[in-house]
Amino acid sequence: MRRIMLAVAGTVAGLVALLTFRSHVPSAAPVASSNPGTGAGAGAGSGGAGTTGSGAVTGGLAGSGGSGGSGGQSGGAVLTAGERAVDGNVANTAYGPVQIQVVVKKGKIVKVNILEQPSSTAHDLQIGQFAFPQLISETLKAQSARIDAVSGGTYTSGGYIKSLQSAIDNGALWAPRLARYGSATPST
Amino acid sequence: MGTVVSFDVPASVAGEPLAEAVRWLHWVDARFSPFRADSDVSRLARGEVSLAGCVPEVGSVLAACEAVAAASDGYFSASYAGRLDPSGYVKGWAIERVAALLTAAGSAGHCVNGGGDVQCAGGRGADSSEPWRVGIADPRRPRSLCRVVAGTSFAVATSGIAERGTHIIDPHTGRPATGLLSVTVVGPHLALADAYATAAVAMGSPAARDWIGTLDGYCGFAIEADGASWETPGFSVYGAEGAYSAEAVSLPKRDKARATDPGPPTSYPVRKLGNR
Repeated sequence: MRRIMLAVAGTVAGLVALLTFRSHVPSAAPVASSNPGTGAGAGAGSGGAGTTGSGAVTGGLAGSGGSGGSGGQSGGAVLTAGERAVDGNVANTAYGPVQIQVVVKKGKIVKVNILEQPSSTAHDLQIGQFAFPQLISETLKAQSARIDAVSGGTYTSGGYIKSLQSAIDNGALWAPRLARYGSATPST
Repeated sequence: MGTVVSFDVPASVAGEPLAEAVRWLHWVDARFSPFRADSDVSRLARGEVSLAGCVPEVGSVLAACEAVAAASDGYFSASYAGRLDPSGYVKGWAIERVAALLTAAGSAGHCVNGGGDVQCAGGRGADSSEPWRVGIADPRRPRSLCRVVAGTSFAVATSGIAERGTHIIDPHTGRPATGLLSVTVVGPHLALADAYATAAVAMGSPAARDWIGTLDGYCGFAIEADGASWETPGFSVYGAEGAYSAEAVSLPKRDKARATDPGPPTSYPVRKLGNR
């Protein structure tokens, strides 16, 4: 499989699905996984995660990078051999603070955990920034169709993406490699 | 510009070419961000430097903005709230350049998504021949897609008031545009598609519909404030008409039966575009 999937979008899709769909799950519990190898959302089926090199790179443009990160291990996840958990920074949103954690294994995000989310669990929250990407996986499940990308999605401004970004900045994935290239370290 | 860029690329360009792409994006941000006090654009806006004192790309971008402004009867503007801000062009331009950079590095098929503005080059799959499928978010229903655009070598940009509240100003009135929830423009180049989509939202309906119809190589799809939608001729050639109507993707999580339904067939009309 020659294709490598660098799937921030896919990861975010899975992540936000958790924020909405599993809003009743207590925070700090690992609630589900997101597989970047399968494209924008779970169930796309063409990623071939087992044979695909996967990673994530973000262009951390102004405002999206975290600073003063809290990288490193966290109590949020039960890790198996070879897995490493990296926390994102807390990102404040209109709905309250959001913090996520990514679990990385061999350079891939294998799991995204919600460490903190807005306290309200009302489905009203599903407007705006927490809402949309859940659709992707559900649509894929429901219609067996593949979506590679979404135009007009809501993930540009959400707190979760800031937190996810900072988790990556904090060393989850390619940060060491990018640093080696010199000027490609995410801006803060 | 505060967005996140994702890449779907062949492994052959996942090393240094991708790192170069990331460096490019950071460079663009450093030079063009109106949110950075030391960017060329900010210093130009404050009158601290002349255009000649900026990197040449600033001049090229501002010239391109002027061209779109002229083509859109002034509905696209390189300023926001009275301040120089070419972000409405820069984002799409930067993403398009990333795609071109990866092509130059040898990739036959990749897809770059900058915060919902998508540039696809070639196709996907092992031989880069399969169509990319780009969903369009439905601003009326946060968890729905309203269309899917499928094809190779094309760009999709969506602008609207739904994502972050009203943030597009009609330059003629100085007031927020409100008539269109979102406009999607599809065509060969993301820089233009993005700027056109922004102009169309500012323009409002029905002017935007007529205007997009005059754009060579570009077509549009829009959802109006009252929920009605329209598209320009040519759009349905891209779009998976019907299969992704808003009704077809409504809230499957509350309908367990639907979750196991294999759904409609997944072959859709695909139109291959050459770059113009």
